[in-house]
Amino acid sequence: MELFKNTNYDFLGKKWPFIIASLVLTVAGFASILMQGGLKFGIDFKGGTLMTVKFAQKPPIEKIRSAFSRSGKIKGEVSVQNFTDPQTQNEIEIGTELVNEKQLAANRQSMEEVLADTFAQPGSGKLDLNSASKESLAARLRDPLAAAGVPMAEPQLQKVVADILDYRDTPPRSGLIGDFSQLSSLPGVNAGIMSTLKQECYLAPYTVKKTEMVGPKVGAELRNKAVLATLYALAGMLAYIAFRFEWIYGVAAVIAVFHDTLITIGLFSIFHEEISMTVIAALLTLVGYSMNDTIVIFDRIRENLKIMRREPLESLMNKSVNQTLSRTIMSAGLTFLTVVALFIWGGPVLHTFSFALVCGITVGTYSSVFIASPIVLFWHNYTDSRKRTAPVLATAARTDASRKNPSKAVK
Amino acid sequence: MKNNLTARTVVIVVTILICVFGIIDFPKSGADLVKNFKDNIRLGLDLKGGTHLVLEIQVQQAVKADADQTAERLKDDLKKQNVAWGSMDTPDVRDGHVEDADNVALAIKGIPATQSSAFRGLVSERYPNYILTALNSTDYSMKLKPTDLNDLKVDTVKRAVDTIGNRIDQLGLAEKSVQQYGKAGSKYEVLVQLPGVDDPARAKELIGTAAVLEICDVKEGPFPSREGALAQKGGILPLGTKLVRSKPRGTQDGEQWFLVVKTPVITGREMRNARPGQDEFRKWETNFSLSQDGGRRFGRYTEANIGNKLAVVLDNQIVSVATIQSKIEDSGRITGLGSEEESVDLSRYLRSGSLPAGVIYNEERSIGPSLGADSIHAGLVAGLAGLMAVIAVMLVYYKRAGVNAVLALALNTVILLAAVSYFHAVLTLPGIAGIILTIGMAVDSNVLIFERIREELRTGKSVIAAVDNGFSKAWWTIVDTHVTTVVSCAFLFLFGEGPVRGFAVTLVIGLIANVFTAVFVSKTIFDYELAGRRQLTELSI
Repeated sequence: MELFKNTNYDFLGKKWPFIIASLVLTVAGFASILMQGGLKFGIDFKGGTLMTVKFAQKPPIEKIRSAFSRSGKIKGEVSVQNFTDPQTQNEIEIGTELVNEKQLAANRQSMEEVLADTFAQPGSGKLDLNSASKESLAARLRDPLAAAGVPMAEPQLQKVVADILDYRDTPPRSGLIGDFSQLSSLPGVNAGIMSTLKQECYLAPYTVKKTEMVGPKVGAELRNKAVLATLYALAGMLAYIAFRFEWIYGVAAVIAVFHDTLITIGLFSIFHEEISMTVIAALLTLVGYSMNDTIVIFDRIRENLKIMRREPLESLMNKSVNQTLSRTIMSAGLTFLTVVALFIWGGPVLHTFSFALVCGITVGTYSSVFIASPIVLFWHNYTDSRKRTAPVLATAARTDASRKNPSKAVK
Repeated sequence: MKNNLTARTVVIVVTILICVFGIIDFPKSGADLVKNFKDNIRLGLDLKGGTHLVLEIQVQQAVKADADQTAERLKDDLKKQNVAWGSMDTPDVRDGHVEDADNVALAIKGIPATQSSAFRGLVSERYPNYILTALNSTDYSMKLKPTDLNDLKVDTVKRAVDTIGNRIDQLGLAEKSVQQYGKAGSKYEVLVQLPGVDDPARAKELIGTAAVLEICDVKEGPFPSREGALAQKGGILPLGTKLVRSKPRGTQDGEQWFLVVKTPVITGREMRNARPGQDEFRKWETNFSLSQDGGRRFGRYTEANIGNKLAVVLDNQIVSVATIQSKIEDSGRITGLGSEEESVDLSRYLRSGSLPAGVIYNEERSIGPSLGADSIHAGLVAGLAGLMAVIAVMLVYYKRAGVNAVLALALNTVILLAAVSYFHAVLTLPGIAGIILTIGMAVDSNVLIFERIREELRTGKSVIAAVDNGFSKAWWTIVDTHVTTVVSCAFLFLFGEGPVRGFAVTLVIGLIANVFTAVFVSKTIFDYELAGRRQLTELSI
């Protein structure tokens, strides 16, 4: 099976519609950012506290909101939102805004307390099994078990505790046990242990899955790092491509990649997705990936320049793009498949990461064909029209060497 | 050609064996296999659950403590030399920032002008690390020299790292890390990573909420509130004192505030050992012992203050107020603790040495174990789905050659996992995403080569020539594309942390392994198939 055999599309002749489409998308992105008053940053860059809480039933958002606003313990605004991800149910995110570090730590403490006061039974004297650690559960059960006449050596106790908690934490329970009877299927949990469990513990209707607290110092550092990493990476690639090809190719590739990044960030804004450190990782990956694509085409252009000496640049570029079209589409398609798999099944933590890659790979492939080569073409046409001489071959320096020594293949 | 082929095959087989060994050792059973796999592939915090903390050591508190100690010594020295003085003060930096450390100075007031040269002589002789500045004819300011100040700050952080490390050791964790987290401008941060710790609150408690231990002389109290105390004292506190709240315990309603002397009699630095114990009424207490120096000072103080009260202040909260019943030198007891856990914890803090300065938390991320399990599950499902899709497409589009690519891909993944195991790299969720992405990008190299081969076949070359040309022409393009992504990942690694680093590492390893599998291994497989069939004109590709 072979698609794209011997194609002959006029990519560079019809470049204008695509360049305009790019501009429109970029502007739309910027407009969206402006309208929303900036980018939507995740906690990494914004700072503050974020707590992901899973409930056994549909979480009562209004009740939670009012519980937080009634308690005076937390300084600053508290936001409570449903966690938007098709795979997770009954999860909410509670966030507090950025304040100084000491207050943040206090806020974090208070958030847990408010939740416990509202939904748990702090005063009952029992241990909440849904938030117990191995240590605390073992400590809690040790004496009552002995008192109840259930003989337990220490390693045995540790194993039972570990089994119970592992059972609680694996999907589909994912941290919440709804009913004690669910535990009866575990080996090692006999009637004596079960009754002691019921006596010493209760099951709160929620569990805290993740807490993140980022102070202002760290938030600023992460922002700096993200920007620096991106700039350095772009510079590094510009240098490498300028070294392997001509400097204009380097510039064209960087502009194309920059265009990809801008459009992806714009799409993030349009779709209200958050930007976190992992998204920056995705953006940098996509920078690398888009470069790949562009390089494959440039490579072919360079090869053809050696073979097709008399061909005008535009039609040579067209031929090069057409020759590599099959590879470009296949590659992009396959990478896209894996990234789409990540997007659909990768879970909430990777959601923004895979979204960035999905957008980025699409735009990146498109830019390698429709943006990078035209830039080189424009530049050469411009310099040629200024010189008013016959079109200069792009790799003049190298082709000189190969004209003198046609047998030497120059790489 | 045939010898070459054998040699290459041997290389590949050996590589496979080394990798498989790296991942699962020599398993003796199915369960053993799973266990070895889990042992060799270390999971990051976001997959295993655990806590990641960045604390900032409040070095300004250590600088102030040093200044306070200097003040005491200076008072003694001035007395011996019969030099009069009015007052000595250090700024209160407890709620300040680390930058305040540079501004901590001892303010000495009221040195008579006639004794100023005696004073200056004394200071320059016995306190060579300090710079003395005269503010006017009777007042001076004494500050540590910049190099000594820096040494103190660096030493404080180092001691803090050691102490925190000790405390964490007592949690009994198999894997944990405490390291100095120096970054531009901020050399006072410490990174603590506690994988598998499912009770971060307890870990934080152990590490550093009760950082600074002081035993202070109680002047007055208890007061029911801070306002009440201020009101009774006419709105101004006597010089050198402060109001401290008593930590509320159990059934106690409301708060209690005490007026204590600012400069402590004993600090945690003098604490040598501490053990939990029970007194004659089976109530919990902590026995402690002091250093010789500390013991002597404590002895002098308790002897002179029998019947008065002293307060044990932990991190600016009073843990207990005790009446001095007799002279205590280097060993004593803190009684009245609420439970065994309290007394065990207290003795832990005292025993591993008090932190030289307080800490505040700049960043904290705790992932519960259930989220970790969810993430692994999601990663595996996505990975499998992506892999299936890619394999299907490759087989349909490239037929027999597709099988070649799939084999190379499988080997690539195996090498990647083995490298993760051998380098003790940590697998994070973005790391799993990196593996999945590697699958997509690895296949890219195969596509490059196969498309090239197809082109060569179209121009009428023989199969063997087409295959050879395909590989050699595609080689530099493959190198170029891999180098750019590796450059990108290098910067990600430099600037990223934790999960992002995990991603960069897996992607880089995957790409490097890919150069080996997509070129060397694929070529070998092709050569194997085509060995001896020089006349072949058709290839299933």
